[in-house]
Amino acid sequence: MGASALGHVRICDFTGQLAGAGATRHLAAFGAQVIRIEDPVRKGRWDILRGSPPFKDERRGNEFGAAFQNHNVGKLGITINMRTERGRELLTELVRISDVVTENFAAGVLERMGFGYEQLRAIKDDIIYVSNCGFGQTGPYSSFKSWGPIAQAVGGLTLTSGLAGREPAGWGYSYMDHHGGYFMTLGILAALCHRSRTGEGQWVDMSCTEAAAALLGPAVLDYTVNGRPTRREGSPDSNRDATGTMVPHGIYATAGQDNWIAISCRDDAEWAALAEEIGASWATDARLARLADRLAHQDALDADIDRWSRDHDRFELAARLQARGIPAAVVARPGERIDQDPNTAAWGLWPTVDHAAMGEVRVDGMPVHLSETDWVIDRAAPVLGADNEYVFGEILGLSASEIAGLADEGVI
Amino acid sequence: MGPLNGLRIIELSSDGAAFAGKLLAELGADVIVVEPPGGSPQRAYGPFLDDQPGPERSLYWWHYNTSKRSVVIDLDDAAPGGGRDTFRRLVAGADALVEAERPGRLAALGLDYADLRAVKPELIHCAITPFGRSGPRSDEHATDLTVLAGSGPVWSCGYDDHTVPPVRGGGNQGYHTGGVWGAISVLTALQHRSAGGPGQFIDVNMHAASNVTTELASYGWLVARREVQRQTGRHASPRPTDATQVLCADGRYLNTGVPPRKPSEFKVLHEWLVELDLTDEFPLAVLLEMGGQYEHIGMAEIEEDPMIGEVFGAGRDAVALIASRLPAHDAFVGFQQRGLPVGAVFAPEDIVHDPHFVARGFPVEVDHEDLGRSFTYPGASVRLNGSPAVPPRRAPHVGEHDAEVLGTAG
Repeated sequence: MGASALGHVRICDFTGQLAGAGATRHLAAFGAQVIRIEDPVRKGRWDILRGSPPFKDERRGNEFGAAFQNHNVGKLGITINMRTERGRELLTELVRISDVVTENFAAGVLERMGFGYEQLRAIKDDIIYVSNCGFGQTGPYSSFKSWGPIAQAVGGLTLTSGLAGREPAGWGYSYMDHHGGYFMTLGILAALCHRSRTGEGQWVDMSCTEAAAALLGPAVLDYTVNGRPTRREGSPDSNRDATGTMVPHGIYATAGQDNWIAISCRDDAEWAALAEEIGASWATDARLARLADRLAHQDALDADIDRWSRDHDRFELAARLQARGIPAAVVARPGERIDQDPNTAAWGLWPTVDHAAMGEVRVDGMPVHLSETDWVIDRAAPVLGADNEYVFGEILGLSASEIAGLADEGVI
Repeated sequence: MGPLNGLRIIELSSDGAAFAGKLLAELGADVIVVEPPGGSPQRAYGPFLDDQPGPERSLYWWHYNTSKRSVVIDLDDAAPGGGRDTFRRLVAGADALVEAERPGRLAALGLDYADLRAVKPELIHCAITPFGRSGPRSDEHATDLTVLAGSGPVWSCGYDDHTVPPVRGGGNQGYHTGGVWGAISVLTALQHRSAGGPGQFIDVNMHAASNVTTELASYGWLVARREVQRQTGRHASPRPTDATQVLCADGRYLNTGVPPRKPSEFKVLHEWLVELDLTDEFPLAVLLEMGGQYEHIGMAEIEEDPMIGEVFGAGRDAVALIASRLPAHDAFVGFQQRGLPVGAVFAPEDIVHDPHFVARGFPVEVDHEDLGRSFTYPGASVRLNGSPAVPPRRAPHVGEHDAEVLGTAG
């Protein structure tokens, strides 16, 4: 194993769900020591994913939620009862030797526990504190609750996913929980860069809805510059290309049940190649040769392509179009992209970890490879309190009997 | 002063690299975008200022290139002192290169990592490609649409009616997902370098990035081979679930989120129904009063106890009824102020006037002094309270910074 990129970073981690836990997961994979703190009284269940589906087998309970497992690989897990004075002392000691404190509670929760930014800073002057919640810690909606679909709705992503003349299709999963985690990761890393240069820590107040709204810039500008609203006749129609440079650009039926192919032609030459593959007179018609003409006849063109493609096997068709240099891909089912795609296998995209309760489980890997300090995912999520002895003993220097005493007194 | 102040990033202008460069520029890095003679092809992407195409009028270009500087370099010019030499000289003064060229192109030009590290040993070279730099599919042609189709998102998005196509969400999110991983990786490599480590090469795979950005669709399959099916306006699921998107009185939509399960939630819901004078239309109101008596309603109890199932269903129906009688924004604020998490389905531009986003300073004015105007842009994805970035500058004109960056001998 090579060097790790973030081996010099220790994170005191209160995150949960995906939007928060996803962030520290990435940093752990690059070598940061992430110490996940959970409540022994409620058995860590503020993160509801701990005991939620999906499950690997028939076993249920606090250590069997596969989503929690997926989002917390590579982390250490300890328990601290923050209601006790000794518990708060232990947290204070941990903060003093940490670089970053992370959380995605509702706004203000950590502060009410006595560990807001000012208190954290009093413990360690250059601490980096990153909070991540749906609407941020300030502003009229700061007390509003959120999860992925709400951030997606308010940020504009739900409306901009759909076909013309229909209600919004939205995103069929919590896209913004993933991206909330990505942008939180970026915030943590940027704050570390700032500290490397200046020696200063800081507070990063992340808002998932802002991160979502920042993903739709050209649509916002079309309104603020040209006065054109997104809600208008024929819009949104998100399978089409919003830049007006690619036609055809769509998802078309293929042979079989619920089988689809995505095709886009980036220029007139790629359209000419597709027309040749289609081989019918409607396609090779000179009146479709130029982009402007295809834009004007896009509805009819899409209907013709759909009639043509539905007789073809989607995998064979995608291969034939790729051979002509045309961007095309099947709409892949989960099993197809996970178990049958040679590219994800060659990448090592689905590593296996050995979980103390669940046994062997496959998890999401990382979509990057670094030549000198690549990621490593070889450690499952911690079961509740799995690393109490290591963290309180090796890192904070308590004796075995002291640790046993803390457990007896309900502190950990 | 932004957190990345003092870092210089070179971006080879392309669809795949633009967002990574924008994120780094938002955080305060000096991002120099390299365009070919005549300007980046992205300058031909609509929409355009006043709908008139032109290299300085693309709103797409404007958005993705705020705060960057532009230089024009002809990478096909291999003559001594020509474009390739100029590019090498530029890279020699930079911390990182971000590019999204087709695999093999830079090697053919003598400008790949192996060549550039000879010029700048501590360089961080980040390549963002549809399938990674090597591997069985690395030569495939791709756009945002085909990447999202092949890597999972499209399978999960669309409508209950499966005779209409599944949907690619808008906004080029495949490029964004690859781009944010590019920015994350560059900063990770920079952290390693500032702790004494060497430069390195980063291989970002857009297809892999979207593959691990699909939540249950991936790990439901990984652990239990459960295949999700798309549904209108809500999570794709192995089993059909109830609708969560309600048409409001003003023709806009509300996402009703997770139905109430706490006694306090049933109580406020009942009170609000009374307040709106809707109890006559909602015979199940009595069930809401009962709901106030349960300590907590878990998913297991809902399946096992028929009475609890009825109460849970009444809560969901009451939310839908109230939402249908109010404008979407009033329903959003009203439910949230009562502690129930729901979200109005905003258009992207709604944040420009929304009091919350305005109060937080998210929409920002960008001065276009060349046009004698200023326009409102969405703000940065992440803002650092202790090192806020300088306000964004408008995107550069073609080669606007040739002289100051490359010198007159450029």
